[in-house]
Amino acid sequence: MIEEKFDAIVVGAGMAGNAAALTMAEGGMKVLQLERGEYSGSKNVQGAILYADMLEKLLPDFREDAPLERHLVEQRFWMMDDRSHTGLHYRSEDFNEDKPNRYTIIRAQFDKWFSQKVREAGATVLCETTVTDLARDSDGKVIGVRTDRRDGEIHADIVVLAEGVNGMLGTRAGLRERPKPEKVALAVKEMHFLPREIIEARFNLKSDEGVVIEAVGTISRGMTGMGFIYANKECISLGIGCLVADFQRTGETPYGLLDRFKRHPSVAPLIEGSEVKEYSAHLIPEGGFKAIPQLYGNGWVVIGDAAQLNNTIHREGSNLAMTSGRIAAEAILRIKSRNQPMIPQYLALYKKMLDESFVIKDLRKYKDMPALMHTRSQNFFLTYPQLVSKAMQNFLRVDGTPKIEKEKLTLRSFTSARSRRGLFGDAFRLARAWR
Amino acid sequence: MSIELAMRVEDKLFNNRYLVDTGRPHIKVRPHAKPSPQLLSMLKACPARCYELSEQGQVEATVDGCIECGTCRVICEESGDIEWSYPRGGYGVLFKFG
Repeated sequence: MIEEKFDAIVVGAGMAGNAAALTMAEGGMKVLQLERGEYSGSKNVQGAILYADMLEKLLPDFREDAPLERHLVEQRFWMMDDRSHTGLHYRSEDFNEDKPNRYTIIRAQFDKWFSQKVREAGATVLCETTVTDLARDSDGKVIGVRTDRRDGEIHADIVVLAEGVNGMLGTRAGLRERPKPEKVALAVKEMHFLPREIIEARFNLKSDEGVVIEAVGTISRGMTGMGFIYANKECISLGIGCLVADFQRTGETPYGLLDRFKRHPSVAPLIEGSEVKEYSAHLIPEGGFKAIPQLYGNGWVVIGDAAQLNNTIHREGSNLAMTSGRIAAEAILRIKSRNQPMIPQYLALYKKMLDESFVIKDLRKYKDMPALMHTRSQNFFLTYPQLVSKAMQNFLRVDGTPKIEKEKLTLRSFTSARSRRGLFGDAFRLARAWR
Repeated sequence: MSIELAMRVEDKLFNNRYLVDTGRPHIKVRPHAKPSPQLLSMLKACPARCYELSEQGQVEATVDGCIECGTCRVICEESGDIEWSYPRGGYGVLFKFG
């Protein structure tokens, strides 16, 4: 056993773990962070978009030296059928500001930088170390962790579980359930490299401007899912994700879906001639508010993806991870400053503070959306995109048909596909789940 | 599945960096006579195509190309079809970009 005792052990060095370790170390706590990868970031996968506001709360001057790719000036939402996309694009010069709001990043590189900040704040970061078990005392209180290193038991007053969506420790110890196939999405992604001037020309960008494309429709073959394309400086992150339960049900392959998305006539020209340098996959928590497990216990708290904190509707996760990590650390610092023990009675402060933050407020707002999207995936991801495409083409193609008849044709295509009742019901359910 | 598609997955994995923990696979399939529906679904759901059907009709896993997503854990761990853990510290996939 390592004789040295720590104030806190953080398991994992993703967004949540780094935020927690940094905050506790800055608050004067003696922190040990354990990471199984060869460096912090080497096991972490995300699209990825960084939300400046949540990072500013941790590192106000991050723009000076963080490895940022492009600041986002444009968002494109595409509804696709096999041969078309109907787009809603928003681009604004307002996003070209002194302190931009969102950036694309490359996680392995960004996390390495973030980890350096954690070390500079005084935390000890130990990589290439997989935590295998929680150590408990005779009362069942978590008093530390066991690792796969020799003599690998280490003790601390509090264990912060930032172990990611696959959080094995927590499920093995019975602190929370393993995510169900209908509560997580599997996303696969490729990194496509191209010269930066080609990327800028293809996406209509100047200097460090960036763009995000998010696409739904027949690309997910009727499953609940979404494709994404993010412009980085010299590469494009391109991927697609669908619910694990849908993959299981349909027998679709993730790489088959990815390749079909890449071959779509709206997508292929964007990546033509690129060199693919990496293929990755990751699970994304999709259960929303109703999937949040117990967040604290005797000697432990859980943060980030391990706590299923992900906003599916806005595709936000890393900011919820960072914020939950910071808030958990602030609660722990407050408990410690009062010389109180790290027991549920006092750790409840973490949940109270999290409930008051945007993290839980946003997830609560959309608490009914996952059920809606997951149970009628055919309608939202297959039928409607096809109908919209047909309507748009009917509207635009000039062929001598009187406009009044064109409108009737479009209306009829909607009512025959979903019936008036079905259309009304879908709209009503969507509005109710959204409000 | 077409051979062409299968080849494409291997091409994708070829670009990744790995440190393989030889002789210590982090995922083990429980010996079985007839695979469960969960185990069979992994033949297609695994994004790295780590699961294959043997000539005798059993599902086997070769985890050298595993990208550690956890899909098989979510589908197959509860039924006891597989034993799933993380690779030892430092081993497994080493993402350059992530």
